[in-house]
Amino acid sequence: MTEMVYGTVRTRTGEPILPRWWRTVDRWTIVCIFALFGIGLLLGLAASAPLAEKHSFAPTHYVERQALFGAMGLTAMILLSMLPPEAIRRLATLGFVAAFVALALLPIFGQDFGKGATRWYSLGFATLQPSEFLKPVYVVFCAWLIAASSEVSGPPGKTVTLALTGVVVGLLAIQPDFGQSALILFSWGVMYFVAGAPMFFLIALAFAVLGAGMLAYNSSEHFARRIDGFLSTEVDPTTQLGYAANAIREGGFLGVGIGEGAVKWSLPDAHTDFIIAVAAEEFGLLLVLVIIGLYFTVVFRSLARLIVERDPFVRLAGCGLVSIFAVQAMINMGVAVRLLPAKGMTLPFVSYGGSSLLAGGITLGMLLALTQKRPQGAIRDAFRGGAL
Amino acid sequence: MTFWRRATPPREATPHPVPVEQPVPHELGAAPHGQEEIGKDGEPRRTPLRPLAQILWARNEGQNPDGIAQANLTKRNAAIADRSRTRAQGRLFMLGIGFFCAFSMIGLRMGHLAASDPVAPRASFSGANIDSTRADIVDRHGRLLATNLPTHSLYAQPHHMIEPEKAAAALAEIFPDLNAAKLKEQFTGARKFVWIKRTLSPEQMQAVHDIGEPGLLFGPREMRLYPNGALAAHILGGTSFGAEGVHSAEVIGIAGIEKALDARLRDPAQAGDPLRLSLDLTVQSTFEQVLHGGMVLMNAKGAAGVLMDAHTGEIVAMASLPDFDPNDRPAALTSGDASDSPLFNRAVQGLYELGSTFKPFAAAQALELGLVNAQTPIDTTSPLVWGKFKIRDFRNYGPSLSLTDVIVKSSNTGTARLARDIGGVRQRAFLDALGLLDPVPIELVEAGSARPQFAERWSEIHTFTISYGHGISSSPLHLAAAYAPLVNGGHKVTPTLVQRSRAAPIPAGAQVLRPEVSRAVTDMMAQVVERGTARFAQVEGYPVAGKTGTAEKPLSRGGGYHEDKVIASFAAGFPADDVRYVLVVALDEPVETSGEEPRRTAGWTAVPVAAEIVRRTAPLMGLLPEIDVEAPPGLIRTSN
Repeated sequence: MTEMVYGTVRTRTGEPILPRWWRTVDRWTIVCIFALFGIGLLLGLAASAPLAEKHSFAPTHYVERQALFGAMGLTAMILLSMLPPEAIRRLATLGFVAAFVALALLPIFGQDFGKGATRWYSLGFATLQPSEFLKPVYVVFCAWLIAASSEVSGPPGKTVTLALTGVVVGLLAIQPDFGQSALILFSWGVMYFVAGAPMFFLIALAFAVLGAGMLAYNSSEHFARRIDGFLSTEVDPTTQLGYAANAIREGGFLGVGIGEGAVKWSLPDAHTDFIIAVAAEEFGLLLVLVIIGLYFTVVFRSLARLIVERDPFVRLAGCGLVSIFAVQAMINMGVAVRLLPAKGMTLPFVSYGGSSLLAGGITLGMLLALTQKRPQGAIRDAFRGGAL
Repeated sequence: MTFWRRATPPREATPHPVPVEQPVPHELGAAPHGQEEIGKDGEPRRTPLRPLAQILWARNEGQNPDGIAQANLTKRNAAIADRSRTRAQGRLFMLGIGFFCAFSMIGLRMGHLAASDPVAPRASFSGANIDSTRADIVDRHGRLLATNLPTHSLYAQPHHMIEPEKAAAALAEIFPDLNAAKLKEQFTGARKFVWIKRTLSPEQMQAVHDIGEPGLLFGPREMRLYPNGALAAHILGGTSFGAEGVHSAEVIGIAGIEKALDARLRDPAQAGDPLRLSLDLTVQSTFEQVLHGGMVLMNAKGAAGVLMDAHTGEIVAMASLPDFDPNDRPAALTSGDASDSPLFNRAVQGLYELGSTFKPFAAAQALELGLVNAQTPIDTTSPLVWGKFKIRDFRNYGPSLSLTDVIVKSSNTGTARLARDIGGVRQRAFLDALGLLDPVPIELVEAGSARPQFAERWSEIHTFTISYGHGISSSPLHLAAAYAPLVNGGHKVTPTLVQRSRAAPIPAGAQVLRPEVSRAVTDMMAQVVERGTARFAQVEGYPVAGKTGTAEKPLSRGGGYHEDKVIASFAAGFPADDVRYVLVVALDEPVETSGEEPRRTAGWTAVPVAAEIVRRTAPLMGLLPEIDVEAPPGLIRTSN
């Protein structure tokens, strides 16, 4: 009777969103990402002050902007991490179309800000780098196609994505942005590898990348200068690399102290590409190892989760996303320690940069969504009896 | 719709009794129910018959065959997924290890860097490193001939300048050769980089410092310094800046041995190892001094001399006058005759018809061939007529002279007749063996272009004239090299400026004359000094054996010779009894005017200069004078 009058008590059919999210999401990764962002803000306080001073801004101008973009990026991450994989796939496909168009139109509408590469759209209050946003959605889109190709009568996903990768890399190379090109190629290679690529093909691919690199070296002044700078045995201390290496040496194990570093005054990109040098100089090897540890924790947690994943799409997209995240971090730090030639690549979540932070949030949000704990049909296997 | 042979039940949860037909036993054994049979390519093997049978069976049973096909497909996809999952597990594991290694490497590298000491910034360029090292050059005793001096270049970065106009004016005051207006234009224009001076003295640098302009900057670099000024200028040559950068500049040789051995001097591996020349600084200095005095005294417009070790070919001293200061090399002449420039090395580049100094070659070859001996009378009837040419002697020496006297009196007709007996082919081969027909392979960049000039068609008249040094042009250095076998026992030498280590001495050259022939020719030339044309070459304590040569200079337009312009030369070996050194002195257009009429012959011009050189340099080179121990003691007649 009561029910007839007042209606039935509203009951949920499924599990509430937040508890389910909290239960299934990889909380370690979230903690690591927040820690990285916190470190980034801390370093930004030191590293971006000289630049702010140069442009007559308040000393904390860039830190405030980074906090704002970071909040946006982290929000995007949390929101995306609540979505089911199917929704991620749909959004990423739409996002890929948008980012691809944006990338293709860069030569017409883009800005180069005097840095010798047309990579940005100017939006007035901020600049937007489409290639940053392209990376995660490209990975998810390709993962979808490759996963589908493994089904009986599936589309030829591997071939299609290879062609697509060629087009994207070509668009990036004409900016020129060889770092992002390498990243895109690498992430495709990882997905193809995990999807069961023949070893022979992977080796051939490695040679092809080498050949393309040589071609770029011979035809692009921009590229050749950086490789030359890397290959010369004596590092010139007046180059960015020299300053970065010297800063790491100055820092030693415990650093010269907060705000005491000198490299940020010499390096124009101290707050972006060479933030790790600032970290090493002011806080020493200790903080650098903490940062590396945080990145590796994220990578390790994700891979450990993906290794038991049943769904090929989730597996591929997950390892693609985690590899662009990890490789970007590795390239950035590898440049600072001269393991790699100089590349304009940010350190995810630590470097200053609106596009980088937002895109990083999207990447990690998608990764978290894909690595949520889900039933993996292990019981079904048990019933299937003797299968594999 | 594809029909597959092995249609097992669609789901494990709903086991379906599929009747298994009986065709091939091993297939049955391989695939018990509930299992997919899989071929080696990963696809279930298909056979066309069974699905149809199965579907027929399904129809008979009233079931939908599509469901069976669908179930089949699901099954296959599940199998593929399972397989790819196992594979992916392995690969993800590998990926994880890869990432772990990469992160560890970065961490280790960071640790390695953090543990190393910071370096102070050094001046170097990545990619385009300019190496400014250059080895010193020293003489045979290790005395410095060329070294490097750290200095600074001056350049401006106008966009950093505070008061460009003031800086321009102040610079023009410090450097009188700079133009204030032009500097101001450069400083206020759009240029961001302006070179101002390549090298600065310390005083100039301080004065520029005192301007206090931040846009004026100094770049460190090394400059080449020749501490002895003009000494051995033509041998050392000079340097210039090659690739110039803000942090350093390349010093490259542009002439002389600096250019010829540029690679050796710039080799970083040998930078600390000075290049040791065969020159003797003291002897070279004396040599130049005497030669210069002789050139002035004899009113010559130029002089050249070579002093060479007769056995090894090592050049002890070599000079060409007028000379220059390699620290401040004059610009090359842009018009006129290059040989009038002080940069011109007469000793190496100057190709002259050296006249009678060639006569001993004919005598030596005739002796070597056994045609004559030193006493054989030679027909010296003058003139010797060949076609329309008439060859005359300076004086008429009568119908015949002994071979010795042909050389002592310098008879053209006698030498020409010797050459006729030798023949052109053998003469040419002999001169070639002496190195008179090719450039001298000495370590000077200028030597390569000094190829002796002679008529390629070596006719008999050429044989005649070449025997007394006309119709062939060669350099004083050629002559010195060719004289060595005449006086050293008969082996060829190759002139060199680089001192060889004792461990690796210069190998003896080919034997071109028998030792006794060499001895005989030396004796003849000693008589030239004793009683012939070179009597001024008698030096007390140092017997000299030599031959004079006075050749009229050819008209620059060709077709004849100057009457009053000669090249006077004297080629000699000393000491005559055991020749150690070969000396060649050549004066360009000398006139000795102390007598009633101007005298131009070598005996009056080149020979006294050569004698003075022997007198002054022989003791320096450690030669002991011959003292006439048999001179009777007691009363000695003196005279002046």
